[in-house]
Amino acid sequence: MMEKPLVAIEDLHVTFRTRTRDVAAVRGVSLTMGKEKIGIVGESGSGKSVTGRALLGLTPPTGEVRAKRLEFDGQDLRGLDPAGWRHLRGRRMAMVMQDPKFSLNPVMTVGQQIGEAYRTHVKAGRAEARDKALAVLEAVRIRDPGRVYDLYPHEVSGGMGQRAMIAMMLVAEPDLLIADEPTSALDVTVQMQVLAILDELVSRRGMGLIFVSHDLDLVAAFCDRVLVMYGGRVVETLKASELAGAKHPYTRGLLDCVPRLDRAQRELAVLTRDPAWLDGR
Amino acid sequence: MILSAENLGVEFTGLKAVDGASFSVARGESYGLVGESGSGKSTVLRALAGLIGNWTGTIRFDGRELAHDRDRGFYARVQMVFQDPYGSLHPRQTVDRALAEPLAIHNMDRREARIEKALEEVGLGHGFRFRYPHQLSGGQRQRVAIARALIVEPEMLLLDEPTSALDVSIQAEVLNLLDALRRAHNLTFVMVSHNLAVVAHMCARLAVMNRGKIVEEMDTDALRRGEAKDPYTRRLMAASRGYDRKLAESFKTLD
Repeated sequence: MMEKPLVAIEDLHVTFRTRTRDVAAVRGVSLTMGKEKIGIVGESGSGKSVTGRALLGLTPPTGEVRAKRLEFDGQDLRGLDPAGWRHLRGRRMAMVMQDPKFSLNPVMTVGQQIGEAYRTHVKAGRAEARDKALAVLEAVRIRDPGRVYDLYPHEVSGGMGQRAMIAMMLVAEPDLLIADEPTSALDVTVQMQVLAILDELVSRRGMGLIFVSHDLDLVAAFCDRVLVMYGGRVVETLKASELAGAKHPYTRGLLDCVPRLDRAQRELAVLTRDPAWLDGR
Repeated sequence: MILSAENLGVEFTGLKAVDGASFSVARGESYGLVGESGSGKSTVLRALAGLIGNWTGTIRFDGRELAHDRDRGFYARVQMVFQDPYGSLHPRQTVDRALAEPLAIHNMDRREARIEKALEEVGLGHGFRFRYPHQLSGGQRQRVAIARALIVEPEMLLLDEPTSALDVSIQAEVLNLLDALRRAHNLTFVMVSHNLAVVAHMCARLAVMNRGKIVEEMDTDALRRGEAKDPYTRRLMAASRGYDRKLAESFKTLD
């Protein structure tokens, strides 16, 4: 890619200091991406979410972020002040979280909070914000945007809530969307629809997407490139189409231990963890 | 047939959560209930377990019709494992106490030996006996929950999404464990899951539920051969195979 990268991360470390010891959650992750779909896959505690959050400056105060390079669209993110972060977050890069039940404001209607998100980032009147909210609800394929605009979060289903979240994140038209397990709380058929919406929006708007998930098969079907994380490190980077040719034993183990519909097996393969993987080998 | 449900119904303030479900399970069989959120699959399991009071229809266990209230004798033969290993263990009680309680309830002898054996069987061993739940990983907690269910030597386990909160590598270990225990003790399983592949792996026969009704019942082998007839089952199968943009487009919006 000749243009400057959307995201450039080099040797990212995130360490959490606790009373008794330091926990290195991310240990030397590097990633350069343009307007593409990147998947970050790993199990609980692999550092995948912490990596996504560090990029948005959402590391909690107990965590320390170090990197040789941490750039978004050419801008150095290291040591950025709160005002600088506010300028980027929501407007230029946004995040969709796992569970809409906990990320939507329960005492505002769906439409109001999407409008509020818009007016936070763009100078606009109420009427314009309303129009924008309705348009973006339609973009995430909510059939009757006018009705859903006036609903409170407890009145919508999980799938609709997640689409409302995506609508809210997209209303300011960010260049990068970080989606942290955006469909894990959803039923498979609803999950497919939400993914199709993300897929379409990313390709139509030319947005970059970082898709954080524990589901290797899903990510491979959806993204262009996949980073497999284990113990805070990237153990393997793959083109999604070449998943079947994965070489690292951890990646292979993850693929093999999932029950499959297309073939019966008496016993599932289990992962034997090699301590050497922790050193990135 | 060790268990059968006939025209089972559960209604929550006007909503028919389960509507006329009928099925039966043979001794030693592993039977699956699959469906999405709100399909009524967990409600069926809770009615079987006696955790819901207002079901209608008939449930038979080992030839006898079950009342709404169950006695201790029933729970000596039928035990349940819940979805959330974080919520189903008392945070202030050690593993030892969690395992000792069912033994006390059922007045069982040789408690010391039984606790040690149960821990051994689920692959934890003595070292875990005096730990608290917060000192265990999700997979280890689910093993404790399985040990707690098995310690009274039941004939049947009711499994409500036993691995959906676990990482896939841990899921594989727990599923292998459940399968091995079923064969070792000739247990009967009724397993509920939203994951078609997990149920197909564990169960020889399964029922697919949608909106409170059983829409299709079939052998897992037939399912694998793609012989599902019901459109909902077929959709669920297609969605379980992974993301496919064309397929996603073909699903109508559900709201």
